[in-house]
Amino acid sequence: MRELLYRLKDRYHLGTPTFQRDDLTFVTVKRDELRAILTELRDVEGFTHLTFLTAVDWIEEGLFQLTYMINNREANQSLGLRVMLTREDEPGATTGDTIHDLWPTAATYQRELNEMFGINFPGSPRVDEEFILEGWTDLPPYRRDFDTLAYSQQTYRERPGRGRSDPKAHMQETLYPDYPKPREAAHAHKEEAK
Amino acid sequence: MFSFKPDRSQYPEPGPDGKLEIDLETGKYLKLWHGPNHPGITGNMSVELTVCGDEVVDGKTHVGYLHRGFEKLMERRTFIQVFPIVCRVCVPEPDFNEYCYAAAVEELADIDVPEMANWIRTLILEMGRFNSYMMAMGGISGALGLGVVGQWMTYTRDLMLDRFEELTGARIYHMFILPGGVRAHLPEGFEARMEEVLQTAEKYLADAEKLMFHSSVFKTRTKGVGYIDPALFERYGVTGPNARAGGVAKDVRKDSPYLVYDQLEFTVHTETESDIYARTLVRYKDLQETIQLIRQILRKMPKTGEVMSNLPNVLHWKIPRGETYIKGESSRGEYGYYLVTDGTGYPRRINVRGPSYTHAMALLEHLIPGTNISDVAALMVSLHTYPPEIER
Repeated sequence: MRELLYRLKDRYHLGTPTFQRDDLTFVTVKRDELRAILTELRDVEGFTHLTFLTAVDWIEEGLFQLTYMINNREANQSLGLRVMLTREDEPGATTGDTIHDLWPTAATYQRELNEMFGINFPGSPRVDEEFILEGWTDLPPYRRDFDTLAYSQQTYRERPGRGRSDPKAHMQETLYPDYPKPREAAHAHKEEAK
Repeated sequence: MFSFKPDRSQYPEPGPDGKLEIDLETGKYLKLWHGPNHPGITGNMSVELTVCGDEVVDGKTHVGYLHRGFEKLMERRTFIQVFPIVCRVCVPEPDFNEYCYAAAVEELADIDVPEMANWIRTLILEMGRFNSYMMAMGGISGALGLGVVGQWMTYTRDLMLDRFEELTGARIYHMFILPGGVRAHLPEGFEARMEEVLQTAEKYLADAEKLMFHSSVFKTRTKGVGYIDPALFERYGVTGPNARAGGVAKDVRKDSPYLVYDQLEFTVHTETESDIYARTLVRYKDLQETIQLIRQILRKMPKTGEVMSNLPNVLHWKIPRGETYIKGESSRGEYGYYLVTDGTGYPRRINVRGPSYTHAMALLEHLIPGTNISDVAALMVSLHTYPPEIER
């Protein structure tokens, strides 16, 4: 893998690679060089299998990270290519480059990223069609600034008849109702001492 | 012999954007929803079919019926609290989620796993594979009208669930594999009871083989049907039995051995026809291999040893910033977890790479046009997909 990265480094701008395991390496590449690198790795270097494509939201740094995991099945090597995109708050304003022509299955991943992270991939087939969500108008839900707790509190109501209790106190009341509660026991002990 | 030759002159041509121009008003086409509740559907998903006569012109996969936002929920939980969620990503084979997530956490947190725990993990994964293959065999036979095989397979799977209950305390979601090892040793007498289950399974499988692979009905409906061109394997990310049925002898257990697979002997079975029959046959042979693997593991595993290493306080557990991808060979193909940590007590991102994601979406949509309506169920089940892996 080191030799391959040395070869690529002659022609492309690569970040410092992370050699996670003998068979797994991560490296950051520039967005405008991604397609050329992916094409070369697929057609020349044997990385023919796109394992997955996903995103990580680094909201504090104002970045989206796209991770393209590709695999060379013959050499049993996986390479994770990271592409950092400027994070725009407006859903769909951040765009990535579609690779559905290299791997048709990438269209599904890109459709999901558009829906869940608001990262658009212009030109990708059916990228604007609903994938998992239906009639969703809120923030893309996998973004870090989407608050799942607030959403569920606003959307759903408490089911009547359901209460909350401290698990420890509940178990004690259920299993050992005659046993004094810890605070009461401590109080009784103090009284006895007096 | 009856042969069906549809008049394709009436079929629509794709437009410049690749989309089919289908005008339902012409009366030539009909929309048919295959699912989400249908005996030939694996789980809760649906395929929107456009049919002309009884031939399918176009098919679109619709998922989302099971979406609970697992990946997002995991980001709000500590590393140990994620465990009750990960197993629910895949009902028939939940242990892969536990293993992949645990291994990813162990790698980033630099935790060693005792040898004994690795053997028990391998045993658990093979027991899960047994269950998953049983469901697959029952599913494909049920989709083709051989319901009795489905009954046998479900019964046999139930016996294995008894062993799971005995070992882990739960039948479906075990939560037995944790970072650092597994929860417990094997119970006393487990090997003998497991052998009984395996012998019962072999008896039913011998009957199932006669009923399925020697049945003219089964052959007629599966041979040459649902063909996947091996040239598509890489383009559509096809892995596991679906690829092995097309002659690709790839198995993560052999190619990148994890746990104790490098100490086990097993064969990677392949076929060349790449149709529904070949895929079912590969699964049948893999199932036989799994039975032998379970026996081999129980014979070779050490009898004593630690099953859990010392962990830091899991309630205040912070993992340094990093990322990794752990993969394994599930019954459906390559299964993996991509874990990103940011130095806090919570995962930054977890992405589940399930084989169904590619098989049930892009690949199925590519294969459906041109099939007969009655073959859609068999085609779908033969890909062995589980929708929760797609929706997570």
